[in-house]
Amino acid sequence: MYSEKVMEHFSNPHNMGEIENADGVGTVGNAKCGDIMKIFLKIENNIITDAKFKTFGCGAAIATSSMATDLIIGKSVDEALTLTNSAVVEALEGLPPVKVHCSVLAEEAVKAAISDYYKKNGIDKEIPGLDCHCHGDHCNCEK
Amino acid sequence: MERYVYADNAATTPVSESVRRAMLPYFEEGWGNPSSLHRKGREAKAAIDNARSRVAAAIGAEAREIFFTSCGSEADNWAIKGAAFAARRKNPEKNHIITTVIEHPAVLETCRGLEKDGFSVTYLPVDGDGIVSVEDLTAAITPSTILAEVIFANNEIGTIEPIKELAAAAHEKGILFFTDAVQAVGAVDINVKELGVDMLSMSGHKMHAPKGIGALYIRRGVVIDRLISGGGQERGQRAGTENVAFAAALAQAIDDATASLSDMERVAAMRDRLIDGLLKIPHTRLNGSRDKRLPGNVNVAFEFIEGESLLLLLDMAGIAGSTGSACSSASLEPSHVLLSIGLPAEKAHGSLRLTVSHDNTDEDIDYILEQVPKAVARLREMSPLTEF
Repeated sequence: MYSEKVMEHFSNPHNMGEIENADGVGTVGNAKCGDIMKIFLKIENNIITDAKFKTFGCGAAIATSSMATDLIIGKSVDEALTLTNSAVVEALEGLPPVKVHCSVLAEEAVKAAISDYYKKNGIDKEIPGLDCHCHGDHCNCEK
Repeated sequence: MERYVYADNAATTPVSESVRRAMLPYFEEGWGNPSSLHRKGREAKAAIDNARSRVAAAIGAEAREIFFTSCGSEADNWAIKGAAFAARRKNPEKNHIITTVIEHPAVLETCRGLEKDGFSVTYLPVDGDGIVSVEDLTAAITPSTILAEVIFANNEIGTIEPIKELAAAAHEKGILFFTDAVQAVGAVDINVKELGVDMLSMSGHKMHAPKGIGALYIRRGVVIDRLISGGGQERGQRAGTENVAFAAALAQAIDDATASLSDMERVAAMRDRLIDGLLKIPHTRLNGSRDKRLPGNVNVAFEFIEGESLLLLLDMAGIAGSTGSACSSASLEPSHVLLSIGLPAEKAHGSLRLTVSHDNTDEDIDYILEQVPKAVARLREMSPLTEF
């Protein structure tokens, strides 16, 4: 049911782990629904120099986390904000319809991490189309 | 060669060599219609009679109490709808059915359908092991109750219900008792007369016959409506030209299962070794009863990880299992059975069911116990919840 690309990212996920003293951390989803994604960003001069993830969820959740972090490393923060869930799905060569929500989570996790970065750096910017709540060391956003 | 361990026997089983051999003559010479008067027909009739007698003997029934169906789900649908509509037509006051919260969808969805047809349904709760209480059943029976149905052994957690006591409680109040025994027939010793059930369903592919054959035991004297109308096959109760080859397969499968029931001790020993080994993984619990349990069923929940990714990793390692996680289904809801025994959704997502059979070996168990902890550790390393 999964594409080869999904299985590739599931079996050997890229960027799995944590970043100590990350510049932005975003967590989305909840355990009750079976998916939680946490994305960590290292940002220098408005460029995402590193991204890592930790994910609880199905194969698609792990593969979308891996792909989403791949897609934003090296990009500017503004470019990363344009990442859509459909771009993640496309890069993974498709997802089964019931798994598309995983790609939405990945998009939201990136945005939540950027929102956290804004907050930590006193940047007064809103993430368009997202409702973000920041508490403690991370931000949680919903579409 | 890479090892492949099939541990999903509750989903389906391979067709055994002896079953395949028992079926073949009906694709070669014995292809007749049992309703035909000529020789080909008479041969086919003799074959289906023979199959019916053997299935009956295996569960202590009479041949005329066994009706072949296309699958276990058909038998479940037929028993419940057949009893409900027949009783209500005779007496419009009769409109109540009792079942449980841990039934297979073939029963649950049939009951939900009957609710749309104006019947009321009581879904009995279960305890933490998944066991239905006899007192709860007795208390639920009203003057309008027609039938109580309780699954013999649960397909997910393997819990075996007190069927004899439940049937007695139903009969004390004068209602019918039906059990869905799809997971139990072939795995535990069953005698319908000793159990005192009025109806019992079974399925061929759970015991090494092919998919596409089931049977319903209907005690002599119990009259239910037909589900499939048409010709006079199956003593006028279930229309459709008989599937002689598959009936012969079911008979062979149930004979083989009965003959090897003693081997179930070996299967139960493998199950116990699996349970003990898996419970050594920290933050792991067993789902279902430890002792009132199908001999081949293992169901555990690993905290902080999700079942579908676990299945994918195990599949890559050559192990076939299943999960009650939402991610494995289209509904995105975790297993109703696991929620019913009190598991919170986040733990139900991390469940793994392994169902072994007499085809498995001690080496298979060693391999599973080597691979599962590795896969669990790998996913926990990835999980943001693992902060222990």
